[in-house]
Amino acid sequence: MKNHVLRPLFAAMALVALILTARALMVPSDFGVHGKSFTYNFYRAGAVSDWKNFPVSYKGGGSCVECHDENAESLAASRHQIIQCENCHGPARNHPEDPETLTINRSRDLCLRCHADLPYPGSLRSELPAIDPGEHNPGEACVECHNPHNPNLEDME
Amino acid sequence: MKCSRRSFLKKGLGSAIAASLPLSSFKFLSPAEARAAVGDPAVRWGFLINTYKCTGCGFCVKACKKENKVPYDLPVTRTWVERYVVTRDGEAHIDSPAGGRDGYTDPKIEGKEIAAEEITKAFFVPKLCNQCQNPACVQVCPVGATFQTEDGVVLVDRTWCIGCGYCIMACPYGVRFFHPVYKVAEKCTFCYHRITKGMKSACVQACPFGARQIGDLKDPDDPVTRAILTQRVAVLKDEYGTKPQVFYIGLDENVR
Amino acid sequence: MLDQLATNGHLIAHGMDWTIKEGFVYPNEFIYWSIQIVLYPYMTGLVAGAFVLSSLYHVFGQQDLKDMARFSLVFSLALLPVAMMPLLMHLQQPLRGIEVLFTPHFTSAISAFGIIFTTYSIIVLSEIWFVYRTYFVEQARALKGKSGVANTFMRGLYTVLSLGAWDLGEAAVAKDKKAIKILAGIGIPVACFLHGYAGFIFGSVKANALWMSPLMPVIFIMSAVVSGIALCMLTYIVIMEWKKFTTTLAKGRGDDSVKLIKGAEIDVISKTSRYLIGFLIAAITLELLDLIFRGYTAMKSWDILRSVMYGKDFINIFVLQYGFGNLIPFILLILPRLTIRRTALALVLVLFGVFMMRWNVVIGGQAFSLSFAGYMHYVMPIIPHNIETFKEGLGGALLVGITPFVLFWLINKVTPSLRFNN
Repeated sequence: MKNHVLRPLFAAMALVALILTARALMVPSDFGVHGKSFTYNFYRAGAVSDWKNFPVSYKGGGSCVECHDENAESLAASRHQIIQCENCHGPARNHPEDPETLTINRSRDLCLRCHADLPYPGSLRSELPAIDPGEHNPGEACVECHNPHNPNLEDME
Repeated sequence: MKCSRRSFLKKGLGSAIAASLPLSSFKFLSPAEARAAVGDPAVRWGFLINTYKCTGCGFCVKACKKENKVPYDLPVTRTWVERYVVTRDGEAHIDSPAGGRDGYTDPKIEGKEIAAEEITKAFFVPKLCNQCQNPACVQVCPVGATFQTEDGVVLVDRTWCIGCGYCIMACPYGVRFFHPVYKVAEKCTFCYHRITKGMKSACVQACPFGARQIGDLKDPDDPVTRAILTQRVAVLKDEYGTKPQVFYIGLDENVR
Repeated sequence: MLDQLATNGHLIAHGMDWTIKEGFVYPNEFIYWSIQIVLYPYMTGLVAGAFVLSSLYHVFGQQDLKDMARFSLVFSLALLPVAMMPLLMHLQQPLRGIEVLFTPHFTSAISAFGIIFTTYSIIVLSEIWFVYRTYFVEQARALKGKSGVANTFMRGLYTVLSLGAWDLGEAAVAKDKKAIKILAGIGIPVACFLHGYAGFIFGSVKANALWMSPLMPVIFIMSAVVSGIALCMLTYIVIMEWKKFTTTLAKGRGDDSVKLIKGAEIDVISKTSRYLIGFLIAAITLELLDLIFRGYTAMKSWDILRSVMYGKDFINIFVLQYGFGNLIPFILLILPRLTIRRTALALVLVLFGVFMMRWNVVIGGQAFSLSFAGYMHYVMPIIPHNIETFKEGLGGALLVGITPFVLFWLINKVTPSLRFNN
C-alpha cells in the first residue's frame, strides 16, 4: 500500500507497452531511414518499388514504328514528325492486346492547341502556322481538308 | 536466489527483445539490391524547361493526367501550364484554365479581351514538382509517408499517408493535392516508373517542341546538365530555401 | 471552366465544394484546411487554458481559485478527446491516424502531437485520480452491500478506478496532495507546449506568408489561456445560476442558501476575471506586434496580405476579432462594479473573439493564393450533401462543439466537480 502514488504511472506504462506492441505488429519491417537524413529519408522502402511498378501507358513512338512503319515513314517527312503518335492516337497501353484499337482524336480542338492564332511576341507559339478559329471554316473538322500526317499546304488535294 | 532471478529476468528480457525484432532487419542486401530498393544514389534527376519553346499546347498536361491516372475532368493536376501576357501598361495577365489541359486556343484571359497591339511580351510557363533538394513538404510529414529517394525524387507512400494535408500547405509551389480516388496526398513523381526504366517522363515525351527535358544532374555530359551549366537558368521561389531541381530558361519576373 | 469540370462524373477534388477562386490561383490550390482546423487549435486552447487555470490553484496556491480549480480540471478532461476530434475528422484517412504514434517523423510539428497529447492526457488523468482517489474509495465502501444493478455497477467502477489503493490514512492522503502539486507543476509546461506547438504547426509553414512568424506559438498560448479561462468561467456561471434557480424554487428567494451561492459565485468570478484580463492584454499586445511588424517590414507578401487584412477580411479581423472579441469585453471587464450578467456577456464575446482569431489565422491564411495574384474564399457548407461537406461544414463543427459538454455531463456522474465543501 505504501507506493500507491506510483499506480497511475504503472497504468501509463501499461498503455505505452500496449502502443509499442501494436507498433511492432503494424509497422512494416522495411520502415526506417533509408539514406542520409531522418528529415528526408524516413519511409517504407517498399514504397519506392510500388512507384516503380506503376504501369506505363504512353509507350512512345518507338514502339509504334515496330508495326506501323508505313505511317511512320510518311510522318517522318513532315513537319508533324515532332508530334508523338500518342498525342492524337491516345496512350498505347498494351496495344494491340489491350486495347485492340486506339481511339483517334480527330477533333478540331486538338489541332487548335497549336494552330489557334495567339499573337505572343517572344513565344514560339506566334511562329507556328495559325488560323483564327472564328474565321477559318468555323465548326469544321480540320482533318476534312488537312492530312495530319502530311500537313504541307502545297500537298493538299 | 534473488540474484539469479534478476539475471534470469535480464536474459529473458534480452531474448524477448531480440525475438520481437523482425527477422528481415538482419537480412543483408547486396549493393545492387539496396540501390534497386531505394533509388540509385549515383543519379540525381533534374528538369529543364525552356519557356521560349513552350507553345501552350497542353499535350504535357493531357499526357500526364492519363499516364498517372489523375481524374481527367477534375481541376487538380500534377503538372500545369500557365499563360502570362504582359501589356503596355506593365500589367501581367495570368491564367491557367483547367491547368492548360486543353491547350490555349482563346486569346481572352479571364473573359477579358486583350488587343494584340497592346501585348509587349507573352509566354507560357509549365509547372511541375520541383523535386527540391530540401523539400519542405517532406520535412512536415508527421508519419514518414512522403520522402526523397536516393536519386532525388519526392514520392508519396499511398499505403501510409494519413491525409492530413500538411505537406500540401508546406509546398510553396502548390504542386500537391489530394488524389480524388485514393484520398492521399498526390504529386508529380517525374514519372518515376518511366525514368527508372530508361524512358522519359510522359510530359517530356509528349512535348513536341522540346520545351521540357529531364536528365541526370550528376552526369556533366547529360544534355540537361550541360544546358544548366552553360546557360543562364533560374528556379522558382528560391527565397524559400527549398533548392528546386527544376530549372527554367527565360524565366520572367512576372512568373509566380 | 471549373464548374464545367466539376460536374463531370461523381468524383470531386477535396476542397472544390467550399472554395471559390478569384484571380490567378494555382490549379491545385483549395481551402484544404477548413472549419475543423479552425476548431482544432480552438479546442486545444480550451484544454490548455482550463488546465492552466486549475494549476494556478494547485501549484501557486491561489486560494481564490479553489472552487474553480477542481471544476476546470475535470472540464479539461472532458475537452481532451475533443481536441483530437477535429484532427481526426479532417484526415482523409482517419483510420490511419494512429500512425502518428507508430512512425512519428519528428521533424514535423504534427508528429509531436501524438506523444505530447498522450503525455498530457496521462498527466490530467493521473491528477484527477489523485484528486478523486479519496472519493472513489469512499464511494466504493459506501456502496458495499447495497443491492441493485446500478449500485453494483457503480461500486465495480469505483473499485476499478481506485486502482486498488484503499489507504485513506493521513500519510497516504498527504502523499496524494503532494502528487497533485507535482503533476500540476509538470502539467503547466506540458499544457503550454501542447498548445504552443499547435501554434508552431502554423508558424513554421514557410510557404504561408500569413502563418510564418516566430510569435505564432506564443500568441496561440496566450489566446488559449484566455479562451480556456473564459469557457471555465462561463460554464461555472451557467451551472451556478442553475443551482441558484433550483435552490430558489425549493427554498424560496430569500433563503440564506441562495444568498450563499450568489456570494460565492460573484466572488469566484471577479477573482478569476483578473487573470483573464491579464492574459487578454498579453494576447492582444502580441497580435498587434505581429501585425505592425508585418506592415513595417513590408516583405514581398505584404501587398496581398494587406489587401486581405484591410480589404476582404476587414470585418472578420478588425470588427469581429479585435472589436467585438477583444476591445468590448475588455472594457466590460474593467469597468467598476462587475456583475454576473456583464461578465457573462464579456465571456461570450471573448470566446467568440478567440474563435475569430483562429478563423482568421486558418482560413485567412488560405484566403490568398501562393501566387500572390489571386484569392480563395471559404464557403462553409451548411447543408451537407456528402460526408466531406458534413465533416468540413457546419454539421462537423457543431458535433465538435457539443461533444465536450456531453462528455462533461458523463464524467461528472463519476467525478462530481461541482460540490462545495465550505
